[in-house]
Amino acid sequence: MKILVAVKRVIDPYVKIRVKADQTGVETQNVKMAMNPFDEIAVEEAICLKERGLASEIVVVSVGTDASQETLRHALALGADRAVLVRGEQSFRSLDIAKILQKIVEREQPQLILMGKQSIDGDNNQTPQMLAALLDWPQATYASGLTVEDGRIQVVREIDGGLETLAMPLPAVVSTDLRLNEPRYASLPNIMKSKRKPLDVIEFDSLGVTLKSHVEVISITSPPTRSGGSKLESVQDLLNKLQHEAKVL
Amino acid sequence: MSTLVLVEHDNQKMNEATRNTLAAAMELGGEPILLVAGHHCQSVAEQAARMSGVHAVWLIDHEHFEHQLAENLAELVVGSEASWEAILAPSTTFGKNVMPRIAAKMDVAQISDVSRIVEKDVFEHPVYAGNAIETVRVLDPVKVLTIRTTAFDPIVGEQEPCCIERMDKVVDPAGTRFVKQELSRSERPDLGSANIVVSGGRGLQSAEKFKLVEELADVLGAAVGASRAAVDAGFVPNDYQVGQTGKVVAPNLYIAVGISGAVQHLAGMKDSKVIVAINKDEDAPIFQIADYGLVGDLFELVPQLIALLKKN
Repeated sequence: MKILVAVKRVIDPYVKIRVKADQTGVETQNVKMAMNPFDEIAVEEAICLKERGLASEIVVVSVGTDASQETLRHALALGADRAVLVRGEQSFRSLDIAKILQKIVEREQPQLILMGKQSIDGDNNQTPQMLAALLDWPQATYASGLTVEDGRIQVVREIDGGLETLAMPLPAVVSTDLRLNEPRYASLPNIMKSKRKPLDVIEFDSLGVTLKSHVEVISITSPPTRSGGSKLESVQDLLNKLQHEAKVL
Repeated sequence: MSTLVLVEHDNQKMNEATRNTLAAAMELGGEPILLVAGHHCQSVAEQAARMSGVHAVWLIDHEHFEHQLAENLAELVVGSEASWEAILAPSTTFGKNVMPRIAAKMDVAQISDVSRIVEKDVFEHPVYAGNAIETVRVLDPVKVLTIRTTAFDPIVGEQEPCCIERMDKVVDPAGTRFVKQELSRSERPDLGSANIVVSGGRGLQSAEKFKLVEELADVLGAAVGASRAAVDAGFVPNDYQVGQTGKVVAPNLYIAVGISGAVQHLAGMKDSKVIVAINKDEDAPIFQIADYGLVGDLFELVPQLIALLKKN
């Protein structure tokens, strides 16, 4: 079984982001970047499946500028076999990326696609579902458990209030949740080895995907800031305030 | 031109998030039509039809829809051949699972977690775990939106039940099969939609002592959350985690017990209406955003609070 894993380069989750003064976006100059944490979980799951003899090849793909090569190299150092960068300078939104990935899927013919449930920048939580729709494949989102058997997968999904298990035929798209696994670290020898693994760069323009403009971003602003309130003397004070001032009890 | 609202339910009860989603649909104008797809779900359609402002309820009752799988629901909605102006669902795991599939099938954008409707085609939604707000104008003819339920007051008014129209469209189940569901046995409300959330952090010291947080939550009828520190220390399971990589909540009241207030935690709860912090370190960052703070030993303060609440 061939697995395709889509990864995204995002601002490191531990960086406090700053909104640009002209409201066109957030500051990315000199900001630490990293692989989207949910995608790390997707890469880890693919590697585990390969280690258990259930996968033959892991191809990682990313869409973005040349800088995303760094993210792909990281995935290769973790254990992916091959990487593909779809290089484009423009900013792509979920549906655009799903359409680009659809082309890559047609070329690579994977049986399983693993993706993070959402990227921590756009927080959209859309691309896996959209890709599944475009391919007309079944989808299993928010996976916290995954088993493969006889051309089918069984996926435990995290849903509000508990867990749900679905079974579906392959090929399928699975999006990963936090509980699926604990991603490993790349060892130094593996980082060295990853530099020799194949990384193909495909120009977005050469893919033959026509994209439409679906939204116009008007602004990116800072959320209203909260100012701290008062420190109270006693538990009785707190209860009075909650009941009579804030009226939340 | 009308608005379609997908009703989330368990075939017996309508999920309350539908009321908030309907409120957003009303803001968009037009005549909301509610879609109830399920199996043996007549009672859900009846509940939906009673909400004030609902123009019609479409009911499809078939075993293929029992578990509201995304594949089937998307086929149903996309194949409905109505000219929708907007399609809405709550931003719950149900809505987030199915809506992008619908949007992609229609070749339109989907806006996630809409927190404000500025104009009929202009929406605000949080990005970067709530650390920035993106305002977008949708250029597509159909707006496919998931609604941040905590940002819209629920429709609570009742009306004479509107008409329930039965549909008999059968959609192929696409090979995906429901195996089982294990819902948490907890009587507590769901963390994502609770009115009150009580969360504990590293300050609780152990899984045993974390029970104090649960006790306070039970007195308040609240959901229980936790900081990543508490999860990593093994006090509670992962799905309790509130924060950038866990759940984002915005209850009416959020009580943070023994949580210092790291940026990653604040990202998950700073849109709460009222925030209370109980912490022994008076310089803890959580006090910078808390509306009410108590500085002191949580092992003294929380039992006092529980005792007082029980007395009331």
